[in-house]
Amino acid sequence: MKISPEQVQKVGELARLQLSVDETAALAEQLSRLVEHFEQLDELDTAAVEPTSHVLPLGCPERPDVTVASLARELVLSQAPLHEDGYFVVPKIID
Amino acid sequence: MDIVELTVTALAERVRGRQLSAVEVAQAYLARIAELEPTLHAFITVDAEGALAAARALDLRLARGEDVGPLAGVPIALKDIFVTQGLRTTCGSRILADWVPPYEGTPSARLRAAGAVVLGKANMDEFAMGSSNENSAFGVCRNPWDVDRVPGGSSGGSAAAVAGRLCLGALGTDTGGSIRQPAALCGVVGIKPTYGRVSRYGVIAFASSLDQVGPIARTTEDAAALLEVIAGHDPLDATSLPQPVGRYREACRRGVRGLRIGVPAEYFAAGLDPEIETAVRAAIDQLAAQGAEVVDISLPHTKYAIATYYLLCTAEASSNLARYDGVRFGLRAARPRDLRDLYSRTRHDGFGPEVRRRIILGTFALSAGYYDAYYAKGQRVRTLIRQDFSRAFERCDVIVVSTLPIMVFKLGERLDDSLQMYLADIYTISCNLAGLPGLSLPCGFSRQGLPIGLQVLGPPLGEEQVFAVAGSYEQAHDWHRRVPEVRR
Repeated sequence: MKISPEQVQKVGELARLQLSVDETAALAEQLSRLVEHFEQLDELDTAAVEPTSHVLPLGCPERPDVTVASLARELVLSQAPLHEDGYFVVPKIID
Repeated sequence: MDIVELTVTALAERVRGRQLSAVEVAQAYLARIAELEPTLHAFITVDAEGALAAARALDLRLARGEDVGPLAGVPIALKDIFVTQGLRTTCGSRILADWVPPYEGTPSARLRAAGAVVLGKANMDEFAMGSSNENSAFGVCRNPWDVDRVPGGSSGGSAAAVAGRLCLGALGTDTGGSIRQPAALCGVVGIKPTYGRVSRYGVIAFASSLDQVGPIARTTEDAAALLEVIAGHDPLDATSLPQPVGRYREACRRGVRGLRIGVPAEYFAAGLDPEIETAVRAAIDQLAAQGAEVVDISLPHTKYAIATYYLLCTAEASSNLARYDGVRFGLRAARPRDLRDLYSRTRHDGFGPEVRRRIILGTFALSAGYYDAYYAKGQRVRTLIRQDFSRAFERCDVIVVSTLPIMVFKLGERLDDSLQMYLADIYTISCNLAGLPGLSLPCGFSRQGLPIGLQVLGPPLGEEQVFAVAGSYEQAHDWHRRVPEVRR
């Protein structure tokens, strides 16, 4: 399948990843080549094959419901690009 | 005695017995780093001060008669994907260029608790995406055997640092070969354990159903000693396996008598470099002469592994990397118009071209209308690849193949063609798709003097038999004793 620059642009929006016009065109070409390679999987009939999402036979592990100490708020906020009064600051969301 | 030529066990014994101080060891390695790091660029951050402080603390405890652990004074490099409290952790990316983590991950915490000394954070492909270390946002790393060539990737800095004697051991991560491939290209030993064997708490995620932590070292026994310390259950990682840790060092001396070695025809097909094929076949003959039984096997879905792997790993990466949004940590774009603009521009500015390419590809494979044709299809073919291995391991105990089809390439040689770069991962990625342990060790040098890697794969939790085969081969050779002469 050929992937168009418009498709790349749309996927970029879904991924919240700004792409320049040049980059969009180059990615459309590169991705088309990769996706064509991936289409060799169509040779295989997998209708009766279960998908593997995980190789472990583990279930969901449980632990006792006990409160444990968490990281200090100041320590965590010290790595935030912008914070105020103990909150992360983001641009206005609702007008 | 040359400090930097001691093995892990020999060095720790001397430090524990106080014939050698941890500070002397750290100084010897820091001197190597001062000499060679400007050429190799194996590190993103060297922490000389932290290393010397840790070494001094160990010496004080030893002087008081305390047991400081089995890795007393062993100098380690951590791939910069391991979260280290108070020590900058970049994951090779601009988006984390200034991130100083507020906590420590489990693998490095276990090494420190066993007496190891962390020298610094090793160079790597950004977010572990790459096979050459050329995708690092902090500059390329060079191969100690030939500084015009790549060290491999994504744990390229870890492997180059071990080979160049800038550290005694290192930790890497392996999602599709990122420990074994650079180990092969730098002429050292690297093992990706069974999926879930080593905790991933505090290991920055790339593709969560494939990622696994493992050691890189100069000998199989050194790698075994490090793995014994980092392996084992961790309540902080829900995918961590509860089974007891094996006796890996002892397994290195167990021999191969009676072991069945599977040789899959698909791994000796067109595209395998003839010099590599000769070295690998000679290694298999050697193992047969040491008492192993060689069995022909087939892994018929091998040719579909690249497509399957790159569909699944990009899909998982696109989801994992959604957390880099410029809000809670890391880079943030200046003067955003609104929240969406903040996300989009932060991620554009923060991620390099290969990471952007993989996020776009993975988001595409997961998007409405394409999910079944690509992502779900990949998951089904993954089942077929796993079944190939389950059937093969009914007939053999380990599988022995090459680590790579090609020789180590020059910097810049393969950068323009992602598909060619991806195709060279053909021998390492199936192991991750099936969750198996796989080890690479040196099995010779090309006519040009470039290292060649032999790969040993085992069934799930078959680390001991993998070490038995690797250790048995290694004791009959001296490839691992060759030291690269770094030409500046």
